[in-house]
Amino acid sequence: MKPFEMDRSEYRKVGKAVPKKDAERLLLGEPAYMDDFAPKDCLIIKLVRSKYAHAIVQDVDFSEAMEIPGIVAVYTYKDVPNHRFTTAGQSYPEPSPHDRLILDRHVRFVGDPVAMVVGENEKAVDMALELVKVDYEVLPPVLDFHKALDNEVVIHPEEDWTEAFQAGDNKRNLIHTEEHVRGDVDKVLSECDVTVDRTFRTKANHQGYMETMRAFCEVDSRGRLHCVTSNQIVFHTRRILSEALCIPKSQIHVEKLRIGGGFGAKQTVNNEIFAAFAAWKLKKPCKIIYSRSECLTAGSPRHEMEIRVRVGAMKDGTIRAIDMTTLSNGGAYGEHSTATIGLSGHKTLPLYTTTCEAARFHGDVVYTNVSSAGAYRGFGATQGTFALESCVNELAGMLNLDPMEMRLRSIVREGMVMPDYFGEKLGACALDQCIAKCAENFGWKEKYPVRDMGNGKVRAAGMAITMQGSCISGIDVASCRLALMDDGSYIMTIGAADMGTGCDTILSQMAAEVLECDLDAITVMGADTDISPYDSGSYASSTTYLTGMATANAAKKLRENICRIGANLLGAEVQDVDFNGQTVVCEQDGRSVSLGEISYAAQCNNAISVEVTETCTSPISPPPFMASMAEIELDKGTGKVAVLHFNSVVDCGIPVNPALARVQAEGGALQGIGMALTENVTYTEDGHIMENNFLQYRMPTRLDVGDINIDFAYSYEPSHAFGVKSIGEIVINTATPAIAHAIARITGTYLTVTPFTPEKVLRALNGLDVSEHDKRFAE
Amino acid sequence: MDIQMVVNGSVVESTVSDDTLLLDFLRSIGCVSVKRGCDTASCGACTVLMDGKPILSCSMPIGRANGHMIETLEGLRDEAKPIVPYFAHEGADQCGFCNPGYMVNIIALLRENPDPTDAEIAHHLVGNICRCTGYQSHARALRAYLNDKKEASHEAL
Ligand code: FES
Ligand code: FES
Repeated sequence: MKPFEMDRSEYRKVGKAVPKKDAERLLLGEPAYMDDFAPKDCLIIKLVRSKYAHAIVQDVDFSEAMEIPGIVAVYTYKDVPNHRFTTAGQSYPEPSPHDRLILDRHVRFVGDPVAMVVGENEKAVDMALELVKVDYEVLPPVLDFHKALDNEVVIHPEEDWTEAFQAGDNKRNLIHTEEHVRGDVDKVLSECDVTVDRTFRTKANHQGYMETMRAFCEVDSRGRLHCVTSNQIVFHTRRILSEALCIPKSQIHVEKLRIGGGFGAKQTVNNEIFAAFAAWKLKKPCKIIYSRSECLTAGSPRHEMEIRVRVGAMKDGTIRAIDMTTLSNGGAYGEHSTATIGLSGHKTLPLYTTTCEAARFHGDVVYTNVSSAGAYRGFGATQGTFALESCVNELAGMLNLDPMEMRLRSIVREGMVMPDYFGEKLGACALDQCIAKCAENFGWKEKYPVRDMGNGKVRAAGMAITMQGSCISGIDVASCRLALMDDGSYIMTIGAADMGTGCDTILSQMAAEVLECDLDAITVMGADTDISPYDSGSYASSTTYLTGMATANAAKKLRENICRIGANLLGAEVQDVDFNGQTVVCEQDGRSVSLGEISYAAQCNNAISVEVTETCTSPISPPPFMASMAEIELDKGTGKVAVLHFNSVVDCGIPVNPALARVQAEGGALQGIGMALTENVTYTEDGHIMENNFLQYRMPTRLDVGDINIDFAYSYEPSHAFGVKSIGEIVINTATPAIAHAIARITGTYLTVTPFTPEKVLRALNGLDVSEHDKRFAE
Repeated sequence: MDIQMVVNGSVVESTVSDDTLLLDFLRSIGCVSVKRGCDTASCGACTVLMDGKPILSCSMPIGRANGHMIETLEGLRDEAKPIVPYFAHEGADQCGFCNPGYMVNIIALLRENPDPTDAEIAHHLVGNICRCTGYQSHARALRAYLNDKKEASHEAL
C-alpha cells in the first residue's frame, strides 16, 4: 500500500467544474428548506417588538390578546430565564459579550422583542399582536455612534454583563477595544514625500439572503428539544440554546436543512431561541419565520464603521506607513463586535508588507440604540479595504502614478513573514499575477483614462486589491466522517453547512479524489449535532480549507483501512496491495478483491473500521488574494453611475470547483456593487430604520450591472492536501473602493460615505459638499 | 369563502378565509416550490403562472385566483427539465431559494418568445432577485440552452 500522494497535474476530481450535488432538486423546486418540512400543526410564533429605541418595559397587558380564539400563550420578560448569553455563533471562549436575555425588560432598539405570541394559526397571532398593550418608560437613546463612548446614557447597565477578554466596559458603552502597533508610525509618516489622511464611513448593510430567518422546534420521542433551523452553525446553536433556556446540551438536538443563503447572517442564533423556548414550555412543535421587514430591522447586518486612515508614500510610490483607526457601531447588542473590528485592520495592513515599515491599528466598538450588528461576508475586512484602498488610489493620483504599477512595489509576496498578520508566513501568494491578469483581462490601459463620451456621459475606471483569511487560526475546529457502506458507496458526515456555497459538493470532490470514486458514490449528511462530528460551522472562510483538510485526511485513512481489509481477504501483506477505487489489487500476482466484496466482508470477523473520523485545526489562516477593476459610466446630468465592467482575478490557491468558485465571486462582486451604489441604511431622529423593505433597501437587479468577469491566478497553499485557500468572503471587498476610485477619476472627489447615490455624485461633480445628512445625527 | 381552481392540472376545492394569499394557499396544498422572499412584491420568489401568465402569488388575494388555472414549478417540471442541466453546469443554482421563481418565469418567457435576446431575457427576469449569483451564470446558462436548442433544430431540418 502506497500512501496517497498525487501530483496536482493529475487531479481527476479537484479542480473540475462539476455541478452541485443537489442542483437538479433545487432547480426543480423540490422540497429542501426548513419550512418545506415543518409539521403542518406547528404553533406559530410572532414577536411584539419595541416601538422605542430605548425604554424599560413597565407592563405588558395581554389579557385581550389571550381572548382571540387559537392563541395559546403570550410570554414576556417575566417568563424567561434570567441568564445572559450571546446569540453570536463563535467558538470557546465566546468573544462576544453575554448581554442578551430571551426577552429583556430593558429594550435597546426599535424592533427589540418585548413579547412572544404563540397561536394555532398566523391570522390569530397577527390579531393578537395588535392587542398586546405595552407600557414603556421611555429612555433617551444613544443614536450617534460617535457619542456613545462614555455617554451618560448607559445601554447595558446590568451587573451580570460579562465579556471573555475583558477588553470592553459596559458602563462606558464600550464592547471592545484593541490596538496593534509596529514601529513608529508618526515618525515614518513625517519622512514620507506624500501622505493622505481621510475618514470613511460604511453602512449597516444587509446580507439579503432570500430565505428569511426561521426555525421550528419540537420535543422528540426521547423528550429532547429538536431544533430544525436554517443556519450556518448547528453546534454553536446547541450551546446557545442551552445557555438561553438553561437546559443541558445533552437535551438538545440541532440540525439544518438546505439554507436559502446566509452570508454570515445565519451565524447568529436570533430567531431559534424563541421557537426553542416556546416548544420546550408547551411541548408542542413551534415555528417562527421572520418577515423580510424583521430581517431588515432586527437581523444581524454589517457593522457600520467609521475608519480614519493615514497612509504615507515616497515619490516613487513606495508605501511606508499605515495608520488606521476604526470606530465600529455594534448597535444594541455585542454579537460579533469583538471579532469584526480587528479584521478591518489585520486583513488590510498586511497587503503592503513588502515596504510598509510601520503600522498602527486602533479599534473601538461601541453600543448604540440601533439594531444589533452581526456577521456579513467580509466581516470588517470589507470596511477596512474600502478605506485603505481608497487612500492608496488617492496617493497614486497625487503622485501621478498608475495605481496598478504603484501597488506592485509594495504588495506582500509569497514566503514573507507578515508582522501585521500575527507573524504568519505567507505560504502561497499570486497577488502580483492577480493584478497583472486583471489588467490584461479588463483592458486597464484603455479603460483607465477618463473618456467623455460626448452624450452627457463620462467613462473611467478604478481598482482595488484585497485579502481575507481561510479559517480562524488556532481556534476553528473542523471534522469529517467517511464511512464505507456495504454496497461500496460512501457516506460523508460533516458539521459544516452548505448554504448554497456548494461545500457538500467540493468536499465530496476532495474525498472522491482520494478514494478514486464518482461523486455520486458519496452521500453527504449533516449538519446535525447528534450525528455530525464537531465542526465550528461554516463561517470565517473556513470550510474549503479546514473542513477540506479534515476530509482529505479522513479519505486517506479510509483508503488505508480499505487496503488493510483487502489485504486480509487476499491473504497478502498490506504493503503489497493497492487500491484503485474499484478493487484492492495484490501487486505481486494481480489477484484482486472488489470494493463491494470488501465492504460486505468487513461485516464479518473483521476489526478494521470502515468508518473514519478526522478532526483538524490550523495554526495559520492562509490568505486568499484578489485584484479587481471597475469601469463605470457616469451620467453628468443625473449623477447616476452604471458599472459597465467589473473584473476580478482571485488567488484562492487551487479552486476545487472553478464553476462554483466563479459564481461565488460573481455573487460577491454584485453584493459589493450594491454596497457601493444603492444599499443604504438610514434612521429617523427617533431611531427607526428607513430601509425596512426591499423597495427601499435596493439590492441590484439583473439590469443594474453590466458584465462581471471572474478569472483565477493560481497558487498552491502548502499546508493543505490540495493546495486550496478560501474564496467565500474575499470576493465582496473590492467593489466599493474600485467604484469610488472611478468616480474620483471623473469628479476629482473621493466619496467616503457609502452608498454613492446620484445626489452625492452630482454634488461631487459640481464641487459641492458631499457629506451626508443623516437624520439620526440631527441635533 | 369557497374556492375552486385548477392547480397543476387538478381541480382543487377548498374553504379558506377571504384574506388568504395565493402563495400561502399553494404552499398549504403542498406546492412548496413557491417561496416568499419579501413583503413588498419585490423579489419574484413567489412567481407562478395564472392562466399561463406569470404573477406574484404573494400579492394575489385568493379571491382573484378563484376559478383560474394556476401552475407552479411542481406542474412545470417537464418544461423545466431540459433547461435545468444548463443552470447546473454553470453552478447557477447556489442557495436555490430563488430558483423556482425564475424557472417559472423563464418558462413563461419561452412560451411567448422562444428565441429571446440577452437583453429581452434580462428585462423579463428583472423582478427575480437573486442575492447569491450575480446573475451572470443565469445569462450564460440560458444562452447556452437556447443556442443548443437552435443547433438541434437546424440539424433536424
Ligand atoms: S414574495 Fe417577494 S415578490 Fe412575492
Ligand atoms: S441562488 Fe440564492 S438567491 Fe438565487
